This record gives sequence, C-alpha cells and structure tokens, in this order.
Amino acid sequence: MTTQELPFPGLAGVPTADGPQNRKEYTSDQEVRWCPGCGDYAVLAAVQGFLPELGLRRENIVFVSGIGCSSRFPYYLDTFGIHSIHGRAPAIATGIATAREDLSVWVVTGDGDALSIGGNHLIHAMRRNVNLKILLFNNRIYGLTKGQYSPTSEPGKITKSTPLGSVDHPFNPVSLALGAEATFVARTIDSDRKHLTSVLSAAAAHRGTALVEIYQNCPIFNDGAFDAVKDNDTKVDAIIPLVHGEPIRFGAPGEDGLGSKGIVRSASGGVEVAQVAEVGTDALVVHDAHNADPSTAFALSRLTDAGVLHQSPIGIFRDVDRPTYDDQARQQIAQAGQDQGDPQVALAGLISGSDTWTIV
Amino acid sequence: MAKQVQQLDRVIIRFAGDSGDGMQLTGDRFTQESAAFGNDLATFPNFPAEIRAPQGTLPGVSSFQVHFADHDILTAGDAPDVLVAMNPAALKANLADMVPGTAIIVDSHDFSGRNLAKAGYESNPLDDDGPGSLAATYNLSVLDLTGMTVEAVKEFGLSRKDAARAKNMFALGLLSWMYGRPTETTIDFLTARFAKAPDIRDANITAFKAGWNFGETTEAFVVQYEIKPAAMPVGTYRNISGNLALAYGLVAGGVQTGLPVFLGSYPITPASDILHELSKHKRFGVTTFQAEDEIAGIGAALGASFAGALGITTTSGPGIALKSETIGLAVMTELPLVIIDVQRGGPSTGLPTKTEQADLLQAMFGRNGEAPVPIVAPQSPGDCFSAALEAVRIAVTYRTPVMLLSDGYLANGSEPWRIPEISELPTVDPAFATGPNKVSVADDGTETHTFWPYLRDEETLARPWAIPGTPGIEHRIGGLEKGDGHGNISYDPANHDYMVRIRQAKVDRIAESLPPLEVDDPSGRARVLVLGWGSTYGPIGAACRRVRKDGLDVAQVHLRHLNPFPKDLGEILKRYDAVMIPEMNLGQLSLLIRAKYLVDVVGYNQVNGMPLKAAELAEAITDLIAHTGPVPTTDATGEMEAVK
Repeated sequence: MTTQELPFPGLAGVPTADGPQNRKEYTSDQEVRWCPGCGDYAVLAAVQGFLPELGLRRENIVFVSGIGCSSRFPYYLDTFGIHSIHGRAPAIATGIATAREDLSVWVVTGDGDALSIGGNHLIHAMRRNVNLKILLFNNRIYGLTKGQYSPTSEPGKITKSTPLGSVDHPFNPVSLALGAEATFVARTIDSDRKHLTSVLSAAAAHRGTALVEIYQNCPIFNDGAFDAVKDNDTKVDAIIPLVHGEPIRFGAPGEDGLGSKGIVRSASGGVEVAQVAEVGTDALVVHDAHNADPSTAFALSRLTDAGVLHQSPIGIFRDVDRPTYDDQARQQIAQAGQDQGDPQVALAGLISGSDTWTIV
Repeated sequence: MAKQVQQLDRVIIRFAGDSGDGMQLTGDRFTQESAAFGNDLATFPNFPAEIRAPQGTLPGVSSFQVHFADHDILTAGDAPDVLVAMNPAALKANLADMVPGTAIIVDSHDFSGRNLAKAGYESNPLDDDGPGSLAATYNLSVLDLTGMTVEAVKEFGLSRKDAARAKNMFALGLLSWMYGRPTETTIDFLTARFAKAPDIRDANITAFKAGWNFGETTEAFVVQYEIKPAAMPVGTYRNISGNLALAYGLVAGGVQTGLPVFLGSYPITPASDILHELSKHKRFGVTTFQAEDEIAGIGAALGASFAGALGITTTSGPGIALKSETIGLAVMTELPLVIIDVQRGGPSTGLPTKTEQADLLQAMFGRNGEAPVPIVAPQSPGDCFSAALEAVRIAVTYRTPVMLLSDGYLANGSEPWRIPEISELPTVDPAFATGPNKVSVADDGTETHTFWPYLRDEETLARPWAIPGTPGIEHRIGGLEKGDGHGNISYDPANHDYMVRIRQAKVDRIAESLPPLEVDDPSGRARVLVLGWGSTYGPIGAACRRVRKDGLDVAQVHLRHLNPFPKDLGEILKRYDAVMIPEMNLGQLSLLIRAKYLVDVVGYNQVNGMPLKAAELAEAITDLIAHTGPVPTTDATGEMEAVK
C-alpha cells in the first residue's frame, strides 16, 4: 500500500501543498536529545520521511504530545506542535481537531503517558472517534523517570520501584483500543521502517481516531524487550502478520512456501495458533480489518504475550468507518448557523429574550 | 366584600416546600410577574443537593425567596415578611428566619401524624393556640391549599396525586392576588410549558386562577398590598440569573472578538447551567464539548485556543482543583483561556448547592510554580454578563488564562437587568500573528526572517497568538521553560528567572488597563471603608445604606479585579482609618490585602453556605465605626481636622 493509492479521507479539508516537499522542510532546528540507540530516532526518521508524502501544507499539521521521552517528538518536527502535560495530549488534541477541520492532528504518546496517567483521555478519544492519529510508543518501561515499570511491563518485572518483581497485570494496548471501540487499531515496529510507514499511511487515510502502537526499544532501561520480533532468527516465529484479505500465516515456510503456522478459530471462541499442515488452509482465519464486528480483531490481539514477548500480531487489526465526533460537532454548528445573519444583531436578540419591559 | 389596599415599599416572600413541590418554579414565576410589573427585585433559590431527598423531611425542603420593591434594592433580603410553607418540614426548616409578627401561610393538608413526625413535630403546631404558639406569634393563615386545589381541578379527571401537584400554582395564584401581580405571563408560561399535556396545562391554569379567586373572595385575607414599580434608569429590562447572564456574556465575548467559542466542560453543580445554555447557541459558532472529566474539559479548551478559538471551561471549586495543572500549562504557553469557577461550599465536595467565596486563594495560588492568573469577579447576577466580557478582554489581549469567580448565590439568583446595547460592548481584536516577526542578520549581511513565538508586545507584554494554518510561523510550545523571545526549551538559570518575572509583569501590566475604582462615600467624611468582592456586593451595599440611614458615615468599594488589584486601591485604603472586608470565607481577600498593602483590615467572615445578612453586617460596621472614633468635626477655628 502506498500513499499515492490512498484516497485519504482522513485528511479531507486539510489544504495541500503547492509543490513537492522533502524531509528537510519537516526537520526543525532543534537538536534531538534522545539516548543513543533509542527507537524514537527511527520513528522520527520515518515520520519526517513520511509527512512530505502526504502533500499537506506544513502549517496545517499539528503534533501534540504529553510527557515522557517520546513526547519530545514535536520539538523535532517543523510543524505546529504542543508538548503538553502528562497524559492529556488526546484531550488537547480533541479541542484542536474539533475547532479546526483544516488541520491534520497527530498525538505522540508513550505507554505510561497514554495508558497510565492519560488512560481516561485515550479511551474517550477513541470511543468518540475524533479525527486524530495517535502514535503510542510502547517501550514497556518508564524511561524519562529512569526505569520504573509501566502499565505494559510484563508481570514480575524487576525495576527500581519493583525490586521483588512487579505484581501489576499489564494492558495490551491493542486490546484496550478495540475495547474502547477505536475504528482504526494497528501495531508496528520502530525498526521496520517500511511497515511503519505503511501503517502511518493507512492511519492518515483513516477518518477518525487511529491508534498505532509502535514497539519501541529503550536501550537504557528495557533493552531487548522486542528482540523476538526484531531478530532475524526469531521474528519469523514471533511476528504474526495481519494483512487484510489474507489468511493469517507465519513461521518457517511450509510446503507451499508460506508460513507453516496459521491462525484458526479455537474451541473457546477465540483464535489460536495451529500447524497449517495439520488443519489445512481452509481452516485458517482470513484477516478482515474492515469487519464491523471487532470480536475477531480482539481475539487476534490476545495472541500477544502479556509477559516476555515471544509472539505478537503486527499490522492493522481494525479499520472501519464510523462518523467522527469532530465532523458531527462542526456539522451541527454549520447547520445552526446557516441563517445567522449579522452576529451582533443576533446577539442583541439573544440577550433580550422574550420577557422585557422598558423604562422611559 | 371590599378589600383594603395597603401600600408597601418592599416585601420579601419565601416559598418553601418539599423538593418535589415545585417551589423553584413557583418562585421563578412570581419573580417574572414582579419583573413584568416593574418592581426591582432580587431572588435567592435555596435547595438541597439531592434531586429528591426523602419526601416530607427537613433535608428535602426547597425554598425560593424573592424580594421586590418600589425602589432599587441590593439583596434578596435577610428575613422574609411572608413565608408560604407547603408542609410541616418546610414550616419547621424556615421558622427560625421568621421575625414575630410576620405572615406565615401554611398548607394544612399534610399536617397529620406521619408527616408531622417526619418533620420532627410531636404534635400539630397549628392546633396550639397558647402563649408562644405560632398563632400567637405570627400572622398565621392556615389553609388547606392542597384540598382546595384538588377540588378546583376535579373536572379534569386527574388522579388525586396529579391534581394535588397543582397546589403550587394555587399558592402562586393566592400570592399573586395578594400583591397585585399581573397574571398573563404565568398563564402564557403554563400554556407553553404543558402544551403537550392539555389536562395538566388546564389543571395548573385553573389552580392558579382558583388561588387568585380564593384571595379575592375569602374573608381570611382582608388586605391586598400594592408595591409600585420601581424608578429605574431608562432602558429595556429583563429578569436574568447569574448563570444565564454569564453564558450570554461568553457568547457576546465570541461575537465581540470575532472568535468561535469553544467550551470544554464537565457537569458540576452549580455551573452546569452554563454548559446547558451555551449548548443552545451553536448558531453563534459556539462549540460545547462535554468532556470525560474536568481535566479533559480544560485540555480541549486550551487546545481550541491554540487552534485560534476562544477556549472556555466552566466548573466549580472541585473542578478547578483538577484543572490546576492545565491552567499552569496555559500560563506557560501564554494562550487565551477563560476559566469560570462558580464557587460552592467546600472543601472537597462540600455543599454543592450552597454558596461560598472560598476559592479566591485557590484561583490566586493553586498551581505549582510562580503561575500568576488574572482574576475577575461579578458582583450581581446581571453583572455576570459584563464580568464574562471583561474576562474575555483580558484573556485575548494579554494571551493568558483568566479566572472568573462567580458563586452559587449569583448563579441561581436573579435580578432585573438593563439589556445593554451591543454598541456599548467592548470589542477586542485577536490580532493573530500573520508571518515571521524576527529578522536575523548574519555576518555576511544576509537576512533571515523567522518567527519568534515569545517576542512580546511592548505595551501589554503579550506574546503573539500564532495559530496553525498560518505559513511561516510554525513553532512548538509546551510546558517546559521557554527561552526568552525564540521560545525554544531553555534550562538557563538567568532565563528562567527572567521568564518568571516577565510572566508576572505581564499580569501586573493588566492594571494599566483598568478604570479607577468607584468609591461610594456619599458624605465624604467616612473613616471606615468596607471593601468587598463578588456576590457580597448586595449585602454590603444594603448594610452600608442601613448604617447611613442611622446617620453614620461609611464608604464602600467593591472589587471587580482581584488580580491584579486596580492601581488606585492602595491609595484608597490608606485614606481610611479602618477597613473592613466582609467575605463568605475565613478572610482570603483580607490576607491578600494585608500582604500587599500592609493594611490591618478587619475581617467579617461567615462560611455557612448562605449569603451575608445585611442587618448583621450593618451592626458589625456600626461597631467598627464606634471603635474607630467619631467623624472629624470642625474645631473651634472652623477648620476641618485633617483626615488621615
């Protein structure tokens, strides 16, 4: 999928640039200050490379972030940006997106920012389906506060605040988003630029809230958390690729050259991994991202390990249409204001009301 | 029989009943009738936080007090002249406010076993006629209002329960007769309100007329009262509550700045009515966003402000506590934002439906770091309109969050309001940034034009309002400290010190735009000044009038601006030998005044969830005058003694 093929309904109303743009135009003059080797660099590079492809006017793009390592992101892009307060980026972005149809609004957040302190705003943005693109950098650790466990850390994790191991059960961000009835939910990996870019394109094309979980390595406090899906030796068994319209297969190639493992319906009502040779190709679940019923998407999301990561579906879990909050709110105002006339005359009528008396 | 007509200059009536008895509606209709008649008036609704507290109990009592007069009045009155009590609990809950000799009209219908017990009466107080009894102490009228209502509406075939529900309209009809109120507005209102339920409509109108006719024919009442219209300044008037005036002021703020209004709000008593009202006015480009919580409400409003809308959030004290961090972000990002705090009794959940002024220090200081926020306060229900416009003016002109402190008394109280001409209202140009504002010259003489988001206006010290969609001014802002001018992140110690001071200086600079204070000192000889803010204006003004009526001199100043204080306040304070500050808190303005001006003010503090009583305050002022000493008189030489 390339950006050129996309109709980009998600960006309807945002003015387009007069000519081609390049990544340099999207790079601010501020020195990037993440730790060496941080996964955030790869995501920044991907976004700086991807934004020019959207062909939007740069001044009509807004990045909003909360607090945390990833939330420094807006400083490095030469667009409009707000580095706000912890957890509140979706709320602030909701105001921006609702007030202005002509802006492309992006939220950059982390697992602590989005799922812990900002959990409430995140789920409500998704249920409202505000036209926001939310990039959730999940490194399964608190980085900026120097290494406490996060709401996505595996149970038993030993950190500064959990010397005997964490007894918290983690969120699965994709499951959470699907539960909050998000209309677009995807997962990608910081180091897979091609896949990351394709998911960002699809998110931009989607009208409504797009939640993109990005597995992002923190080399300082949680190095290797995603090695299973990154190492060439293991990723073939770890990544369960979700491609719309395709049977879900992974693992070492079987006799037909495709993955020897596949996803089938389980007796419990969910899905499970099976050997294709044993169940046959007809039994495999064909991925349908546009299914209005999120049940299968949710079942797929449960294939992600809650503990140390050994396998995880990667791709677009869900991409369905639902009217957005901001479009509908603007529509109500546009309809109400059709016969407005001079606002000062209307104001005079409003404040007078119907029950008046005059002293002469 | 012919009725006598007696002239009165003012009357205070309190309608009291169970929460479900429709007392708020009754009071509101009586108010509208009085407004239409041309009296000056002030109202005080008082109701429990519970929607339907247990029926017939003391906590379930709801009341509505209306004070109407043939002259300019300032408060809803300390104590009623007439109490209408619809059940035993309403009688018991309100009796303490009744002065002996005043009138009490009781619906006797519910004065029986269980209902008496629920109100805590061991026996029927209406049956007692001994010394100290109700009958002996008050001008008591015992009437079966419910029974007469049911009888009057029986032709409509309603259930007994539904029929009895019209008793409030019977009571309204009776009181409307007694005080010569015009009835058309109420009949029109009932016709419209119950248009879809003709039986209920007809029953209510019939009950209302029956109440009137009962007054006209009964021998129980021989006197009808007349309160002439008040002489008020020329203009067109309407009756308006504080929350409605505030909502209109915010709509006007949008119109007068040319900005779309964006309200982010979460429902909370007693501020929700502003959300309800603004949600009706989409045709003015008003967006109302009912957020998932208080934090999201202000967050979305701030986001909308960043995007170029007039961001507003409305709440009460507990909501401000939750919004504090975002207010700090608004201080740091220097974006316009209007924050409405309709104060209620605190701390914590406190008294949701009662009034208080105890959020002043929260508004002033309730944030981390040095985070100055301008504060304005309305002084009466109608004044909420202009206070809202003033908050908008400051927010847009100075690119700053502004706190507006209303309270429960203003929010729900109402008064006649002279409707302003739109041409009288101030306009404010948002003056958005249009392009680069900074020219840098390199060593080789080449010029580069860039945008500096924190380059300040010399007069106001405000930074540019630079909204997305404008080419050439792309920039990033946030909660981290800004470098002066360029606005990039700066951890430089000297820069932080400078930025802290410049943010304070910007707020202080607002004082340059404020008009001189109005000092109400009619004789010019007062030695005692009473200083107030917010909804205490009415009680303080009424108390000062009482004191002056007794031949004493007192001056009154009321503050619209709590931060910054007007420039002439310090000089005015020093003109008086004693300064009293009445507040519905433990002395929050007193603390600020003492700290800033080193004036040893005398506090008059009441925190009981109720407005101040003018009579009690007048006594305190009189005591202070006595303590301060007599007014300087001419000495033997005929020269005035120097007044300090």
